[in-house]
Amino acid sequence: MSILVNKNSKIVCQGITGNQGSFHTEQCIEYGTNVVAGVTPGRGGETHLGVPVYDTMRAAVAETGADVSMIYVPAPFAADAILEAADSGVDLIVCITEGIPVLDMVKVKSAMRSNDCRLIGPNCPGIITPGECKIGIMPGFIHQKGRIGVISRSGTLTYEAVYQTTQNGLGQTTCVGIGGDPVRGMNFIDCLELFEADPETDGIVMVGEIGGTDEEAAAEFIQSEVSKPVVAYIAGVTAPPGKRMGHAGAIIAGGKGTAEDKFKALDAAGAATVRSPAQLGCKMLELLGG
Amino acid sequence: MNLHEYQSKELFAEYGIPVPKGFPAETAAAAVAAAEQLGGDLWVVKAQVHAGGRGKAGGVKLARSAEEVRQYTTDMLGTQLVTHQSGPEGLPVNIVYIEEGSEIERELYLSMLIDRDVSQVSFIASAAGGMDIEQVAVASPEQIFTVAISPDAGLQPYQARQLAFGLELNKTQSRQFAGLIQNLYRLFEECDASLVEVNPLIINGAGDVIALDGKINIDDNALFRQKRLAEMRDPTQEDEKEREAAEHDLSYVSLDGNIACMVNGAGLAMATMDLIKLHGGEPANFLDVGGGATSERVSNAFKLILSNKNVAAILVNIFGGIVRCDLIAEGIIDAVKEVGVSVPVVVRLEGTNVDKGRALLADSGLDIISAENLTDAAVKAVAAAAK
Repeated sequence: MSILVNKNSKIVCQGITGNQGSFHTEQCIEYGTNVVAGVTPGRGGETHLGVPVYDTMRAAVAETGADVSMIYVPAPFAADAILEAADSGVDLIVCITEGIPVLDMVKVKSAMRSNDCRLIGPNCPGIITPGECKIGIMPGFIHQKGRIGVISRSGTLTYEAVYQTTQNGLGQTTCVGIGGDPVRGMNFIDCLELFEADPETDGIVMVGEIGGTDEEAAAEFIQSEVSKPVVAYIAGVTAPPGKRMGHAGAIIAGGKGTAEDKFKALDAAGAATVRSPAQLGCKMLELLGG
Repeated sequence: MNLHEYQSKELFAEYGIPVPKGFPAETAAAAVAAAEQLGGDLWVVKAQVHAGGRGKAGGVKLARSAEEVRQYTTDMLGTQLVTHQSGPEGLPVNIVYIEEGSEIERELYLSMLIDRDVSQVSFIASAAGGMDIEQVAVASPEQIFTVAISPDAGLQPYQARQLAFGLELNKTQSRQFAGLIQNLYRLFEECDASLVEVNPLIINGAGDVIALDGKINIDDNALFRQKRLAEMRDPTQEDEKEREAAEHDLSYVSLDGNIACMVNGAGLAMATMDLIKLHGGEPANFLDVGGGATSERVSNAFKLILSNKNVAAILVNIFGGIVRCDLIAEGIIDAVKEVGVSVPVVVRLEGTNVDKGRALLADSGLDIISAENLTDAAVKAVAAAAK
C-alpha cells in the first residue's frame, strides 16, 4: 500500500519555474507522478511543463485539488513557502531546499503545530512510493515496488539501501528522506508509526547519522511500538566531535549525538543494526526469512 | 561561523548586556594604549582564538602594570595557542583583548542554543560556572536549569524567574538577570545565532550581573542575511583546507588517516569513512563533492585531497542519481591527468550510466582500480594504501 503518497496524490510544485524546480518536476512527471499545478508568484496564468502555474498556493489548491506540495524555492524564501503551503489546505509538504536558516524552521515548526498538515524535510531528497509517485530528486530507476519501508536522513546513502533491496528482490513500499537539518518536519518515529500500520510494509530500514537524539528516541519507540523487523545503520562512527559533517544537523555537540550512542540504543531496543552500509539489504532479507 | 570574544562582547554591549570595558589590540603598543585608556590597575590580557580552554593554556593573563600588559601581549601575539579544544596545532593569536579586571564574587554559567528535541531556542543556566559544563551535566545534572522558549510567546517572566531562583540570585540580581536574558534572546534572534555561551556570567564585587566571557556562533545558513556579521569572519581561525574547499563548493573535514575519500552526499561520505575504518584502514578526510559534480569540481577535490601529504590511496565513491556515471568517469580521468595523481585511486561507481562510466575508466589507460561494490571498494582502498 505505501504511506503518505501514492498514484492518487495530486502534486503542486512551489518554485516550478526555477532551475531546480523545472528540472526535477520534469523528472517526476516522467516517472509518472501526478503533477497538477505549479506556483510561482507573478507567473500565474502560464503553463510550464504542461502544468498550469498559479500565483498563490490557495489558488492552486482551490482550482486543482492538489493535496501534496513539493518545494524547490531558494533558502531565503523557503520557510515562507512552507507556511504558505501549510495554510493552503494540502495534507503533505515536501521541502527539498537546503540551507534554510535554523531559526526560520523553529518558527515554521511552531506555526505548524496546530495544523494537521505534515512536513517532510527540509534539506531532503523527498519521498517516493515506487511505481506510483516520486516527489523529489531521487533517481526513480533504482527503486522497485515491494515490501520494505525506508526512512533516512541522507540522500545518496539512502539510494544504497534502496538499491540493495531492489537487487535482492525485496523492493520498497515507500522511501522517506527526512533530511539532514537539525530542525525538521517528520522524524523517524513519525515514519515508523506509519510503516508499522501499513499492511504492505513487512520490514523497515532506518538510516541515521550523527547529531541530535532522533535515533535514540526512535529506538525507544521501536522497543514498545514496532513489531516489524527493523534494520538500522548509523553513519559517522569516525566523525570527530564538534565538526559539522556536511549536513547542518550532522554534528556531535555537547557529547550528544554520537554514532556509537545511537547504535547502542538501537541494539538495546531490538533493532538489527549493521556496521556496514553494504549489509542493509542482505540483513533485511535474512530477517524476513529470505 | 564563530565570532571572537571581543566581537561577541561588542554585540553584547550593543544589546545592552553588561560587559567589562575592553579593547582589542593587534600590537603590544596598542595593548598598552588600551590599558591606559581603560585606566585602573588591573587588566586581563586575553588571546583571541576560536577555541575554549584558553585560561589553562596560558591564553588569559592577569596584568598589574602596563609593562605586564606589554609583556603578556608580546608573549601571545604571533604564537599558536594550543588548548584542549583547538586541536594539536593550536590556533594563531593575531589579536588580544585588553579588558579591565573584574572582582569576581560568583561564577555562573549561561548559554543559549537550539534544543533539537523540542525544536525551540533554549536557555541553559547553572550556578557551576567557569568550569567544564559538560562534566557538570554528567556529574550533577540537577545543577543545570533549562527553559525552552516558545517562538510565539517569547521569553516569559516566569521563565526568567525559574532560572534566577535556580541560580540563587538575590532580588536585585534577579531583576538584572531577567533584563539580561531578554536582551540575549533578542540578540540570538536578530543575529541568527546558533549558540551563545557566557561562561562565566559573574556576580562582581558590587553585586552586579556581568558577562565576563562571550562566545557567539552564527548559523551558517543565515549568513546571507547577516552581512555585517559575515564580515566578522576570521579565516585565520579556520582550517585552511576546509575553507578552500568551501570556496569550491566542496564540503571537507580533515582527519588523521591516509586513505582519502571523495563522495557525493554527506551521509554516504560519512559511511565511506566508516567503511574504510571497518575494513582496517584510516580515513584521511571527509569530502562531499555534492550533487552535480562537474569535471572541475572533481579536479578541485583531487587537488585538495592531494595537498595532504599523508594520503596513500584515494577512494572515489559516487552514487549517480541525477549525476551520470559516465560524466563522473570523464571528470575523474581529466582530473587525474591534469593533477598528476601518484597514489592508487580506487573508484566505485553506481547508478545512472554506470556501465558506460566503468568502461571509460577501464579504457582510460590510467592506473585506476575499479571496484564492484561498497565492500570491494573499501577492501581495495585499504590494500592499496598498505602497499
